[in-house]
Amino acid sequence: MKAVYGLYDDPHVAQQAVDNLRAAGVADADITVISSEPFDHFEFGHRDAATHMPWIATAAGAVGLVASYYLLAAAQMSWPLVTSGMPIVPLWSNLIIIFEMTMLSVIIATVITLLATAGLPSRGGKMYDPEVSDGYILVGVENPTDFARLEPALAIPGGRVKRVES
Amino acid sequence: MNRTLTKPIADDLVRPLFQTSVWFYAIVFAAATVVACGGAAWGYQVWNGIGSAGIRWPVFWGFYLVNFVFWIGISHAGTLISAILRLVNAGWRRPVTRCAEAITVFALMIGAMFPIIHLGRPWLAFWLFPYPSAREIWPNFRSPLAWDFFAINTYLTGSVLFLFLPMIPDFALVRDRSTGWRRTLYGLLAFGWRGTTRQWNRLESAMQIMAVAILPVAVSVHTIVSFDFSMAAVPMWHSTIFGPYFVAGAIFSGIAALIIAMAVLRKTLGLEKYLLPLHFDNLGKLLLLMCILWAYFVFAERLTVWYGNEPSEMAVFWASQRGRFAPFYWTMVICNFVIPFVILTNYKTRTILGCVIASFGVLIGMWLERFLIIVPSLATKQLPYSWGSYAPQPVELTIMAATFAGMILLYALFSKFVPIIAIWELKAGLPSRLDPALQVETSLLSTRLDTEAFSSEAERADRGQP
Repeated sequence: MKAVYGLYDDPHVAQQAVDNLRAAGVADADITVISSEPFDHFEFGHRDAATHMPWIATAAGAVGLVASYYLLAAAQMSWPLVTSGMPIVPLWSNLIIIFEMTMLSVIIATVITLLATAGLPSRGGKMYDPEVSDGYILVGVENPTDFARLEPALAIPGGRVKRVES
Repeated sequence: MNRTLTKPIADDLVRPLFQTSVWFYAIVFAAATVVACGGAAWGYQVWNGIGSAGIRWPVFWGFYLVNFVFWIGISHAGTLISAILRLVNAGWRRPVTRCAEAITVFALMIGAMFPIIHLGRPWLAFWLFPYPSAREIWPNFRSPLAWDFFAINTYLTGSVLFLFLPMIPDFALVRDRSTGWRRTLYGLLAFGWRGTTRQWNRLESAMQIMAVAILPVAVSVHTIVSFDFSMAAVPMWHSTIFGPYFVAGAIFSGIAALIIAMAVLRKTLGLEKYLLPLHFDNLGKLLLLMCILWAYFVFAERLTVWYGNEPSEMAVFWASQRGRFAPFYWTMVICNFVIPFVILTNYKTRTILGCVIASFGVLIGMWLERFLIIVPSLATKQLPYSWGSYAPQPVELTIMAATFAGMILLYALFSKFVPIIAIWELKAGLPSRLDPALQVETSLLSTRLDTEAFSSEAERADRGQP
């Protein structure tokens, strides 16, 4: 993996580095920003923010609702035993289990979507620097075609530029 | 605003993972010993039969079910409070949420054990599972006990995930700061987290959705636990108020448990800079609110029974008001209402110590409340021929003590292996990280954190100051 990146201890400087890379002709999708905390109030923190996660969770909830209703009804119909004068498929008491299964579907779908869209678990081999955990913000480009063009864009006072060529 | 503010936070909160005091081993050893005694007591009960416990006709639900309801109630500390505070974006939640969510998971695990212990033949617990037996008979899905299975498992699954997901970035942080087996362990737990903007955005979206989903589940769990009682035609159980009454009581005891846990962590892990008096003050106010709400529910429930004057219900009513259970009842009232109300209404006594004293009172009171819901009603049923008594046996008392020790053990181990405060959330809550509109709300907490971070000697030296 080849990469060039800068490490910045101030989010304003990191934002400037992102802007410089764009000005140097790097596509937005090729710029990677890595930090040890979310930066919701900086422009770079909103990259890749759009997600279908709420819709997927809602759809999973609907599937869970329908599936649990039919599973319950099928189980109750398979041995039709009248209990306390209740119907064989009693909606009132089944609603409790249907509700729990619906919410469980929402929760599980959310977690699966998170893992799938965030690329987790990951085996590594991607651009990273442990100094990120010390509070530095990494701004860089993986597998760049031209190091010489990008390094000046990342060389901003308050930052350090690193090159990976292994 | 740069990493000179955030690095000391990470240093402080990761330190307990790498430094172990003698006290930690002492606490773990003591708690593990009591847990082992509880395990032995359970083994004794399994070997000799459920008759070694004090439950017998007509009181078939004794300490085990009291503790089941109590611990499920305690579990409402975390996920519910955390989810509410997350959804309303309360800035002061940041140091509190993980402490609270951990209580939920451990309390649920402990609570869910009690029905299995209560079975007497725990190897048949799978009969509750939703699967067709050898004769193709499914469990009775109309039974509140089957509802418990679904509700508790959904809440436990959701709570574990709700606790685990925000821990992933902190595991990555610990991974980068550790070596040897710790690096391997935390590397596995971190799932290869890097902290790209995409990962942060997905994590925050997921936590919002989880918070929305887990709230109604949390409410449903204790409502369903209340249905175990209110679906039965037993005096003072068959009540429409039981659902919200149980939920209010659960949140009440949950907040009390959270305050005690935070106070202990604050002292033992040296987290005075992060768990501030402000947090205890806010939680104390919440505890006061729930105290008043609890008193309102008790009054509404008791007034309705008294006004109805139905003989079988009045027998239970008077047994607890002025009969053989009266000492427990009035202790409950003092612990659940008088002590917290007096302490928490006065801002001068709503200190950390005051909140802890009130919380201990609430925990004792809420345990007694669970006892008073279960035992007097079963001991004083409709016809006097079925009246009886209940006396807990050493097996039950030992198992009960073991669960409290188990909670301490699990919490001690958790705080040893996981940063007990979400580091990334705390850093993201610093004033200069926030939207200007939110800075006013969090200034009380964050200014203190900023100031203390700046004033640390290491940072002064880093900036070339004397």
